[in-house]
Amino acid sequence: MSLKKSKKLSKRMGRGRMIALYVVLILGSVMMLLPFIWMVSTSFKAENDIFSIPINWIPRKITFDNYIKALKVVPIAKNMLNTVFIAIPKILGEVFVSALVAFGFARFEFKGRNFLFMILLATMMLPYEVTMIPTFMIWSNLGFSDSYVPLVLPAFCGSASFIFFMRMYFETIPKDYEEAAWLDGAKNLKVFYMIFIPMAKPALVTISLWSFMGTWNDLLGQLIYIDSQHKYTVQLALASFSSMTGETLWGPLMAASCMALIPIIALLLYAQKYFMEGIKLGGIKG
Amino acid sequence: MKKRQRAGFYFILPWLIGLIVFTAFPMLAAAYISLTDWDIVGNAKFVGLDNFKYVFRSEDFIKSLWVTVRYAVLAVPLIIATSLTMAVMVSKNYKGMRIFRVIYYMPAIVSGVAVAIVFKWILDPSYGLINGVLAFFHIKGPDWLYDPNWVLPSYLIMAIWGAGGSLLTYLAALKDIPQDLYDAAMIDGANTWKKVKYITIPLMTPIIFYNLVLGIIAAFRKFTDAYVLGGAGKEGNFYMVYLYEEAFGHYRMGYATALAWILFVIILLLTILVNWTKKYWVYSE
Repeated sequence: MSLKKSKKLSKRMGRGRMIALYVVLILGSVMMLLPFIWMVSTSFKAENDIFSIPINWIPRKITFDNYIKALKVVPIAKNMLNTVFIAIPKILGEVFVSALVAFGFARFEFKGRNFLFMILLATMMLPYEVTMIPTFMIWSNLGFSDSYVPLVLPAFCGSASFIFFMRMYFETIPKDYEEAAWLDGAKNLKVFYMIFIPMAKPALVTISLWSFMGTWNDLLGQLIYIDSQHKYTVQLALASFSSMTGETLWGPLMAASCMALIPIIALLLYAQKYFMEGIKLGGIKG
Repeated sequence: MKKRQRAGFYFILPWLIGLIVFTAFPMLAAAYISLTDWDIVGNAKFVGLDNFKYVFRSEDFIKSLWVTVRYAVLAVPLIIATSLTMAVMVSKNYKGMRIFRVIYYMPAIVSGVAVAIVFKWILDPSYGLINGVLAFFHIKGPDWLYDPNWVLPSYLIMAIWGAGGSLLTYLAALKDIPQDLYDAAMIDGANTWKKVKYITIPLMTPIIFYNLVLGIIAAFRKFTDAYVLGGAGKEGNFYMVYLYEEAFGHYRMGYATALAWILFVIILLLTILVNWTKKYWVYSE
C-alpha cells in the first residue's frame, strides 16, 4: 500500500483507532499462535524443565531427546506416507469427478436436473452418521476390512460439496467461450478438457487442497477402517500414542505433534493464496 | 442439440452411482439394522423398536446428548460472534491484514489429533500453559478436563480458538457490501458502531444464517477433539464419541445405528427450526 493511501486511511479512521485495531489484532494473533509456541517450546525441553512452574518459555537446555523418544514409538514419516498414499488417489478422484459432474450440472439441461441437484444439496447436509455403519458392514463383507479401499474408492463418485462449489465456479464462465467449440462440432469431453479445466485451475487447486486437508485431518473414518499398526495414518498414530502414554510423556507427545503439524503449516504458508481463493469465489451464499 | 442435453446425464452419472451405492442403499440398510440386535459376527436378530425404546432409558445416551446440546448452545453463538468480529477487523486492505487473515484462518487447516493433544497439554491442571500463566498471577487455576464442572469450559476455549475456521465465508460476504452504504452513512454522521449495527450486521445475516446451520451440525457431530481429550465424569462423552464406542467398541451395531438415526432426526429438526426463524432475522433483498 502506498504511503499516500495509508495516510488517507489513517485520517479517515483516526490514528488512535488504527493503533487500537492493530493492538487487538496482534493480541489475537498471539493467542492463536501461543499453542504452537508452547508445543515447540515443550518439545525441546528436558523433562524437569517441562514440569516446572513458573513456565520457562525458552528451554533451559535444548534437547532432541523428545524427538528421539517419539520416533521410537511413532514412525511418523511412515504414517505420513500412509496418509499421502490415501490422499493422492482420493484427490485425483474427488477433484476430477466432481468437476466432471459439476460440468454436467452447469452446462446441460437434462430431465430432472434441478431435482437431482436438490438431492445433491440435501446429501451435503445430512446422512454421514446414518450411512457410516451400513457402509462399514458392506466393505467388511466385501473383504475390505483393514484396507484403504473404503477410504479412497467413494471419492471416485465425486463429493457433493465440491460439485456444488465447482458448479458455481463454472457458471461464472461466460457461455461464449464454449459456444464456438460446440458449433465446430467438438465433443463434450473435449470442451470440458480444453476449456473448462484450464479456466477453472485456481478453483481446482483450491478443492484439491480441501480434499487433502480432509484426508489429513480425518480421524473417524480412518479409525473405523484401519486396524493394523503398519497401516496407521498420522491421525491414528498420534491418537494411539496419546492414549498409550497417558499424562507423563508430554515432551515426546509435543515432539510428535510438532512433526505432524510442520508439513501442514508449511503447506498453508506456501499455498495460502489458494486457500484464500474462497474469498474471490464469493464464498457460499445462504 | 437434444443429444447434447442428454449428454449432461452421462456427466453426472458417477455421482448418481455414488448416491445409490454409498447413500441410498446404506440408508435403507440402516433403517433395517436399527431394528435389529447385531454384534457383527452373528446374524442380525430383528427386535422391532427395542433399540429406540432402550435409548431413552439409557443414562449414557441422555448424558451424551446433554453434553452435546449444552456445548452446541454455548459454542455455536460464541464461534459466530468471534469469527464475525475477526472478519470485520481484517476485512479492509490495510497493511499486514493478509498475515492476520492467514493466522486467524489457520484452525480450518491445522486441526485434528495433533491440535487436540496440544490443547490437552495446555489444559493440564499442574503444568499446563493456562494454569501456569494463572500461577504467575498467584491464581490457582481449575482442574479443567479433570473437574466435571470445568470440562465444558475447556471445550469452549478450544472452540473459540478454532472460530476463525469460518473466516473466509464472512470475508466473502463483507466484500460484497457496497462501500456506498458506508459512505452515505458517514455523511449522515453515523459512527462506527452504528455502521456495524445498521449496515454490516443486517447485510451479513444470510451468511450468519449459513454458518449457524453448519455450526449446529458440526457441534452435534463433534468427534476428534472429544475422542482425544475425553473429560471427567463423562462430561466429554459427546454424542458421536458415544455412538462410535457403542458401534466399534461394544459392537452393538443395531443400537448404534438407532443412535445415528436419532442424531439425524435431531439435526434435521434443528435445521428446519432455524430455517423457520429465518424470516424474522435474515435480511433478504
